[in-house]
Amino acid sequence: MENNSKIDIQEFLNRDEKKDLLRLLTCGSVDDGKSTLIGRLMFDSKMIYEDQLAALERDSKRIGHAGEDIDYALLLDGLKAEREQGITIDVAYRYFSTNKRKFIIADTPGHEQYTRNMVTGASTANLAIVLVDATKGVITQTRRHTFLVSLLGIKHVVLAVNKMDLVDFSESRFHEICEEYKQFVSQLDIPDVQFIPLSALKGDNVVDASQKMAWYKGKCMLDFLETVHISSDRNFEDLRYPVQYVSRPDRDFRGFCAKVASGIIKKGDTVMVLPSRKTSTVTSIVTYDGELEQAFPPQSVTVTLAHEIDISRGEMLVHPDNLPHVERQFEAMLVWMDEKPMNPSTQFYIKHNTNTTKARFDTIRYKVDVNSLEKFDVTHLELNEIGRVVITTVKPLFFDAYKKNRNTGSFVLIDPVSHNTCAVGMILDKIHADGLPQRITDADKQKIDTGIGLISEQEYETRYRQKGSTIWITGLHGSGKNQLAYSLERQLFNQDAVIVLFDGSTVRSGLSKELDFSPVDRAENLRRVAEVCKVLNDQGIITICSFISADDTVRKQVATIIGEHRFTLVYMDADLSYCKQNKPELYKRIEQGTIDNLPGVDCNYDIPQQAHIVCKPQDIEDNVQKILVYITEKGYKK
Amino acid sequence: MQEYSLSHLKELEAEAIQIIREVAAEFQNPVMLYSIGKDSSVMVRLAEKAFYPGKVPFPLMHIDSKWKFQEMIEFRNSYARDNNWDLLVEYNKEAFEAGVGPFTHGSKVHTDIMKTQALLAALDKHKFDAAFGGARRDEEKSRAKERIFSFRDKFHQWDPKNQRPELWDIYNTKVHKGESIRVFPISNWTELDIWQYIRLENIPIVPLYYAKPRPVVEYNGTLIMVDDERMPQELAQKAEMRMVRFRTLGCYPLTGAIESEADTIEKIVEEMMTVTVSERTTRVIDFDQDGSMEQKKREGYF
Repeated sequence: MENNSKIDIQEFLNRDEKKDLLRLLTCGSVDDGKSTLIGRLMFDSKMIYEDQLAALERDSKRIGHAGEDIDYALLLDGLKAEREQGITIDVAYRYFSTNKRKFIIADTPGHEQYTRNMVTGASTANLAIVLVDATKGVITQTRRHTFLVSLLGIKHVVLAVNKMDLVDFSESRFHEICEEYKQFVSQLDIPDVQFIPLSALKGDNVVDASQKMAWYKGKCMLDFLETVHISSDRNFEDLRYPVQYVSRPDRDFRGFCAKVASGIIKKGDTVMVLPSRKTSTVTSIVTYDGELEQAFPPQSVTVTLAHEIDISRGEMLVHPDNLPHVERQFEAMLVWMDEKPMNPSTQFYIKHNTNTTKARFDTIRYKVDVNSLEKFDVTHLELNEIGRVVITTVKPLFFDAYKKNRNTGSFVLIDPVSHNTCAVGMILDKIHADGLPQRITDADKQKIDTGIGLISEQEYETRYRQKGSTIWITGLHGSGKNQLAYSLERQLFNQDAVIVLFDGSTVRSGLSKELDFSPVDRAENLRRVAEVCKVLNDQGIITICSFISADDTVRKQVATIIGEHRFTLVYMDADLSYCKQNKPELYKRIEQGTIDNLPGVDCNYDIPQQAHIVCKPQDIEDNVQKILVYITEKGYKK
Repeated sequence: MQEYSLSHLKELEAEAIQIIREVAAEFQNPVMLYSIGKDSSVMVRLAEKAFYPGKVPFPLMHIDSKWKFQEMIEFRNSYARDNNWDLLVEYNKEAFEAGVGPFTHGSKVHTDIMKTQALLAALDKHKFDAAFGGARRDEEKSRAKERIFSFRDKFHQWDPKNQRPELWDIYNTKVHKGESIRVFPISNWTELDIWQYIRLENIPIVPLYYAKPRPVVEYNGTLIMVDDERMPQELAQKAEMRMVRFRTLGCYPLTGAIESEADTIEKIVEEMMTVTVSERTTRVIDFDQDGSMEQKKREGYF
């Protein structure tokens, strides 16, 4: 803020009123100099008043933990008990303003309770500053904070490499830290990552460019915060208008009030009401300041419609050609926020947009360790733990994946007894293939009567002289799976077997046409193949499947669907260099960066530990013989 | 593509409107606490905006400590009348008749009895399950951590160590019978935002905010105004006319005036930006004891 009494106040106010707002999160501990950085940003932009500074200097000497220096942490720590203990245990919001922008800082501690508090602070932030101490570099805490930032969908991260003064403002040290961080962050989903070397204590690159780091050509922290482009981060594509309140001041006026969650609503738009799916037209967008032609997030407005449709709180207006999921079941990442551990058999309240209903857990898939990112099987979650869960609600909810829509992809769970907010969640894109066994054995589905055919298994066996079974060949792209599959098919055909062959290109061109190559869609593709094999095997036919099928869990689920007693897993054990030579096209493209998600390169290929047959690509005839011997021994082929 | 972006004030306004509507939709019996100050004036306008063209579906309640500036009371009555608000005025009748006041009992006792106790009694009397307050997080350190929807137990106590997590714009409104929520729709506004908004929206405020010659006297290190005959004679005698205004409003013996020439919002903002003393310094109660605001908040004061 300007501190010049000669400023033209009228002009200042006119400019100020047009500033936008940046909400940011600071991650790191006091040891990293986080409070010092915030204190300096506020101080250097003149948002600390002199009496606060005087109190600060007094307190620093009395109860500070910074020796003779001013302890900026005292400015930020609010509560008395915490001050005495010398720890911050909650989220504090700080405000400051420059000539270009207003800022709200969510300040969260790096100490215990960090997950709960960081997640809270991150939920409303556009940007996160992750602090590292240049003398220590990227540490466990840095990874943990970055993971949480990415979990909460923050799109901009700036790595503040602090205490550069303690490493002699070394450019090479800075780059070393940046490289290490880049490597880690590439596994996560953060579109914009920036790096700034600074010294919060000395003020280098905080507000003013550092004289001592002339090698750094980028922006200093404040300049960066003032200019980072955030307005396009909101979703303006998918109209989601969750009705919050119905206004009926008189018989003639019926207005539906909401804060636009995403998309743009325009006067004259045809809108559909969920869940009734009735349609109408927007006749006006009413506000105290006059009618609007259109409204966009995060505006709070009131809409009137052409038809008299009964709409209440919790319903949603959308465009008829762009619907959210309207479902009772979804999968989500959940953060447990309550001292009381999760009891997975309880029903909870779920609040999602303007809807509150009851919810229960179907499955807890795993827990993620925030430090190592490892996954563990668990039966429940405890305070500060993060897990992947499947939830079923009593009423259907209107939702999108959190990644696509922060407002319709987030929810909170409320304890039915204490009424505490016990967990918060972010909805994932689709039901993952992990869900397969659970979905098939789902109680509702078991009730579906399966027809009993008139031809018995024995009759098929006698006619075809074979048992319905599946030979599933897994291996890297270019490992020679298809060659093996085709040769095997030829041999079996010559021996009068009844066979159906599936490979990527046949399935992808039809049955799974709409799926892409994300891990979730790959798993869905294989689920479909497995279901088809099951039907064919039931009717006595041998199926040969040739798919990369990189994920061990997915392969196990495929076996479960088909039936393990008639499932043969063949592993094409070819090393990557062979594959690249054999099928260079895709591997070249991934090197050029035009495609991603290729198992064995940028995503994992789980080498099967329990393959029934392991083949080397060079000797196709041997491999075919090996398989034939095996299936004959097993009695699949007579 | 057209740029869809809001100014910070419009964004804060939209956030506040959503909060106010959420309370109206989710609670049985909400009330808006009205202190007559500038922050209250902004909050009241936001409520009017939230339900336009309808009437606001909850009343205003003023806890009258009986030591407010007279101009505040006049303003309160005319604003509520002109803007069609239901106005409740409550005070601690027993203590008032027993003569409790800041000059005789000190600021701590007076504030506790005439403000905190009166507020709690009024909330119990009307069985309100949600009460809006105009507090801002930038006002004071302990407020920086308070939630927008801040839970209160049956005894109206705030437990700063046991607050409900509050994420995104999803607010937990579940309470058991007897428990309640204090709601702060302008939590994220700063003092400058408030003034800017008052200026842009032409929101009426009590004239005491503008500088004018007023009779003031020095008391406990601050300048206080002679507002009625209850001021002790020995003090009132020393009063002199000075050009002053008030940065915050409360009980007149507890609210310090500052010497100022600022008689327009522009001048106030200009003064604010060059002044080096933070807003609450002119409130005597904050200096009672270290951490005193937090203590009062735990006990139920706003």
